[in-house]
Amino acid sequence: MELFTNQVLAGIATGAIYACMALAVVMIYQAIDHLNFAQGEMAMFSTFIAWQLMQWGLGFWPAFLLTLAISFAGGIIIERALFKPLTNAPVLVHVAGFIALFAILNSVAGLTWDFTIKQFPSPFGSSGFLGSQLISTHQAGMIGVVLVLLLLLFAFFRFTRVGLAMRAAASLPESARLVGINTSWMIALGWGMASAIGAIGGMLIAPVVFLEPNMMGGVLLYGFAAAVLGGLTSPFGAVVGGFLVGVFENLVGTYIPGVGNELKLPIALALIIVVLVIKPSGLFGRKIVQRV
Amino acid sequence: MSTMLTIKDLRAYYGQVQALHGLEFSLNEGSVTTLLGANGAGKTTTLRAICNMIRSTGNIEFEGKPLTGMSTENVVRLGIAHVPQGRGTFTNMTVEENLQLGAISRKDVKNIPDDIERMYAHFPVLKQRHTQQAGTLSGGEQQMLAVARALMLRPRLMLLDEPSFGLAPLIVRDLFGILAKINREDRVTILVVEQNAQLALELAETAYVIETGRIVMSGTAKEIADNEDIRKSYLGY
Amino acid sequence: MSTVQESVTQPAAVVAPSKKSMTIGTTATLVVLALLLITPLFVKNFFIFQMTMVLIYAIAILSLNLLTGGSGQFSLGQSAFYAVGAYTAGILMEHFGVNYVLTLPAAALVCFIFGFLFGFPALRLSGVYLALATFSLAVAMPQLLKLGVFEHWTGGVQGLVITKPDAPFGLKMSQDMWLYYFTLFISVVIYILAVNLLRSRSGRAMMAIRDNQIAASAMGIDLPLYKTLAFGISAAFTGIAGALGAIVVQFVAPDSFTIQLAVAIFLGMVVGGVGWLPGSLVGAAFIVFVPNVAEHISKGLSGAVFGVLLFAVIFLVPHGAQTIFGLSLRVRKKQ
Repeated sequence: MELFTNQVLAGIATGAIYACMALAVVMIYQAIDHLNFAQGEMAMFSTFIAWQLMQWGLGFWPAFLLTLAISFAGGIIIERALFKPLTNAPVLVHVAGFIALFAILNSVAGLTWDFTIKQFPSPFGSSGFLGSQLISTHQAGMIGVVLVLLLLLFAFFRFTRVGLAMRAAASLPESARLVGINTSWMIALGWGMASAIGAIGGMLIAPVVFLEPNMMGGVLLYGFAAAVLGGLTSPFGAVVGGFLVGVFENLVGTYIPGVGNELKLPIALALIIVVLVIKPSGLFGRKIVQRV
Repeated sequence: MSTMLTIKDLRAYYGQVQALHGLEFSLNEGSVTTLLGANGAGKTTTLRAICNMIRSTGNIEFEGKPLTGMSTENVVRLGIAHVPQGRGTFTNMTVEENLQLGAISRKDVKNIPDDIERMYAHFPVLKQRHTQQAGTLSGGEQQMLAVARALMLRPRLMLLDEPSFGLAPLIVRDLFGILAKINREDRVTILVVEQNAQLALELAETAYVIETGRIVMSGTAKEIADNEDIRKSYLGY
Repeated sequence: MSTVQESVTQPAAVVAPSKKSMTIGTTATLVVLALLLITPLFVKNFFIFQMTMVLIYAIAILSLNLLTGGSGQFSLGQSAFYAVGAYTAGILMEHFGVNYVLTLPAAALVCFIFGFLFGFPALRLSGVYLALATFSLAVAMPQLLKLGVFEHWTGGVQGLVITKPDAPFGLKMSQDMWLYYFTLFISVVIYILAVNLLRSRSGRAMMAIRDNQIAASAMGIDLPLYKTLAFGISAAFTGIAGALGAIVVQFVAPDSFTIQLAVAIFLGMVVGGVGWLPGSLVGAAFIVFVPNVAEHISKGLSGAVFGVLLFAVIFLVPHGAQTIFGLSLRVRKKQ
């Protein structure tokens, strides 16, 4: 029983990170109907920036906040410079663009900070949470940060005018323009927020997986799985999906013989395919009807 | 009475297809004008061209200011509210959020709650349903919401695209009554596109008849309504 | 209007090329072929090997082009089919002593079935969803190949070493050169097959699906059949490329078939021009030689150079090599 509780809690903790990535993915998907395959690399890059800031002597939290600001601006710049011109381009061109971005970020990070793994500090430490053996303080911290983030996002979308405008632009761009919303900037804003949310995920997972240019590969896939499970159109679903995938991954790894670490990834991917085939709108997403 | 909107030599295109062929007309401030014509005559296109939602050439001036090359949202911000065909309701948001969206480009944030109350006075049914998802409203209620949302902009000019479409006759009467009241009390200039010509001619002072992208007839609403030939050949009642 | 459903008109997955523009004229084809025939006689063995790889990737890209340009579906998972083809060849040759030539049809058959089966779930997906599903397949493939259950056949993480075949009939040419000409022959056959496929009834049906799925089904085109068929055929051709790759490289291992391979094939298609079959060769050359060039420019920065070049292609020549070819053709006509 203790093993079970332990695995579920650990699953919720990693699930928090998947939730972050899924949120970031959904954020951009809502805005432009595309999956950002470079989301993980953007998060990785942000995490390196945080690391660099700390190397220069900043404390964890100042570096954390500054990184969020830089990532936010970076996301907006990427959208303005690279993806806004592709607005009406076919899906395929977008995918190519994301892959190019992926390659560039990965390679530049490797060149700047090299490919050796680096320690990334945790602001929460790694002792047992409240003296218990079930979960570490860092894991508890991950869950806490993500829940706070969620609350903030909820408040932002629910109670601010900009949040309302972003929701309107994402759901019906043409109507949004007709009430005077600059939908193009709402998309840029979505990119900025996605980039910052991804950065949070990166900085939280880095103490666990260590910092290196390829650290987000697997994490992003779980993030995709989470986003798809929750329904790509629902930020709330993305978070629930994140936690579910985290727990699912851990329980499958622990209790199904022969799965171990080797097969964890394919199982997440099988999950993506199964959800896409059986219920493409996910648990909380809206159904999309296509018109001729 | 001064001219509010002047349109000269307006041509609009869907891809390669030209939908408007040099349209010319103008609206007086404070007036109600209707654009009549059969399906596919170019009525909706005209409204969309005013808001720069489609590719067009020609001159459109709003209160002396050319709208050429302006983005849709900036046209709207000048005080031109457009109630599109199909109403453009944000179906997954509440009625109240829809109203707030109508005022989203306004700077005078503190007056918005009062305006929402004013809309509830115009359309009591919206007050009853203000926390409900807009998608759950009936067609008539959604049309009321669309008009109310447009008014939340405090527009100088309101463009209405087939407001009667799909509504029961009684509800249409109601809606047109409210439109007349809004025009009278709030001094909002109205340009309404309709297939239901009889109704539109009761509301409007001036009417234009449009056929295959050209204005073929214009006059006061009464002249048009009284002209047997026009009624038979263009308006079909 | 229903309240929970939202209606959208999605832009097509690809900009549809017309049928005629999917190939090039006879003269141009013959010139390219002649060049491909003669070049190996004047260059070093390593370069011949690289040219063989270009041809092999060209087949893989062509298969993706058939799927995307032909039926409008697209896949980030071609490396999975490539891997299955490669392993089919490897296992048949090393465990059963099958002649390498015979492994090609075997690989094609196995991959056709695999692709056809994968096509079923893919039926319900389009655009980004299909990209995601195929992407998942590509990521999962190396892990699956490493599974203990198959280790006896696949050699696990170690992979399989394959014996390089000699030139037949006592021909006096190096193994590399023989394999080059062998690959070239297969490539030409596949190119001809592909061109004819697109001109056939099935090809027209697929292209109708690409241009407008809903309209195509209203016209009575059996959507599920043709979409899965397109996947099957594309997988079969990719499998042949994989088998050839295994024979030429003399080695198969799970980590040769990562998502990077799938991405490379995808990029090759974009660079060459989506749906333009001859572009496959240009795209293949791009993915074989550009990383080398990039390494020369700056070691470790090759990914960035690759990415920047790709953006350059997207922005400057959105239809890839096809645009450049079209331009030069227009210039020539003016003169």
